Amino acid sequence: MKTDDLIKALAADAKSVEQPIARTLAVAVGIGALLSLAAFLATLGMRADFAQAASTSIRFLFKFVVTLSLAVPAFLLVRGLSRPDFKLDKRLWWLALGPVLLIGGIALEMISVPADAWQARMIGHNSFYCMVTIPLLSLAPFAAILYALKCGAPANPAIAGAVGGILSAAIAATLYASHCADDSPLFVMAWYPFGFALMAALGAMIGARFLRW
Amino acid sequence: MRAATAGDEPAYRTLLEDLSRLLRGAVRRGFAGVGVARDDVEDVVQDTLLAIHLKRHTWDPAMPLGPWVLAIARNKMIDDLRRRGRRPEIPIDLTQFDIEGDDQQASIDAQDVARILNGLSDRNRDIVQSISIDGHSARDVADRLGMTEVAVRVALHRSLKALADTYQEKSR
Repeated sequence: MKTDDLIKALAADAKSVEQPIARTLAVAVGIGALLSLAAFLATLGMRADFAQAASTSIRFLFKFVVTLSLAVPAFLLVRGLSRPDFKLDKRLWWLALGPVLLIGGIALEMISVPADAWQARMIGHNSFYCMVTIPLLSLAPFAAILYALKCGAPANPAIAGAVGGILSAAIAATLYASHCADDSPLFVMAWYPFGFALMAALGAMIGARFLRW
Repeated sequence: MRAATAGDEPAYRTLLEDLSRLLRGAVRRGFAGVGVARDDVEDVVQDTLLAIHLKRHTWDPAMPLGPWVLAIARNKMIDDLRRRGRRPEIPIDLTQFDIEGDDQQASIDAQDVARILNGLSDRNRDIVQSISIDGHSARDVADRLGMTEVAVRVALHRSLKALADTYQEKSR
C-alpha cells in the first residue's frame, strides 16, 4: 500500500480520537481505588479506634504520610510513563521520597523507644495479614492502571508496569494502614515492602508483554 | 495536530503528509549503516503513521510535537529491527528531523500493510481500500455497501487498529 493511500484512510478516521491519556489514567486510578475501598470496607474495615488514633497517635498518622508520599509520586510518574516522549532520566528517584521519610521515622522511633522493645514493635501482631492483604487490595487498582497504560503508549513498558504496580500497592497500603493496629515505623518497614515488591515485579512482568504497542 | 485532534480531516491529512516526509528522512538516517532496504524504510514509516494515529491522545498539547513523533518513530524502528531478528543494540539516534524531509517514496508500495490488509474480513478490507486507494468518502462507501456512515467509520477505525496490532504481533 502506498503511504499516501494509508494517510487518506487515517485522515478519514480523524474523528475517532480518544480521551487524553492523563484523564483516562486519572479515571482508572479513581475507579480502582474506589473498588478497593469498597472491598476493604466490606471485609476488614477501619480499626475500631480509628478516630481516636487519628487524633492522638502520631505513629498512626505517619503511616499515611509514608504511603501517600509513595502514592503521589508514583501517580505522577505513571502519568508521564504513559506517554512515548516522557524522559525518565532521574525522575525514578521520586519514588525514594516515601522510603526516605520512613527511614527518618525509624530513626526517631529508635531514639524514643528503648532498644529491648524494638523487636516486639517490628514483629507486631499482623505481619502475615499485612503481607497478604496489601497485594489483594492492590488488584483492582492494578488492573485499572494497566488498562489505562494499555490505552497509552509507554516508551518503556516494563518500567511503566512496575511503577503502576507500586502505585496500586500504595493505594492498598493506605487502606490497610487504617485497619492495622501496628503503628510503629519498624513494623511498616519490616512488612509493607513485601506487597510493594510483589506488585512491582508483577507489573514489570505483565507490562513487558502486555503494554507494548 | 490540535486541529486534527479536534476532528478536522483536511488539516489532519496535511499534517500526516508533512510528517510522513519528515519521518522518511528520519527513519532513513536512523537506519543508516544498519543496512535496511528502501521498502523497509517505507514499512516503518507506515507503521509509525498508524501508531501516531492510534496514539494521538498521548500527545500533550502543552508539549512540542516533534519529540513525541520521533519517540514513536524510534520505538517502531526498534520493533522493525527486532522483527528481523536483530538485537537493536545500535542506539538509534533520533533527536531531530532532517530539515528537508523526503517525499521520493510516497508513491512506492510498502509491503507490510498490504499483506496485513489481506487478513481483514472482506467487508473491512473493501472499506479500507475504497477510502484509501480509491479515495472515496466514508459516506460514499456507506451508500454503496448499504451501511450507515457511522458503521463505516467504526469499521475503518477497527481495521486500522487491527493493522497496528498485527504489526505488533509480528515483532514479538
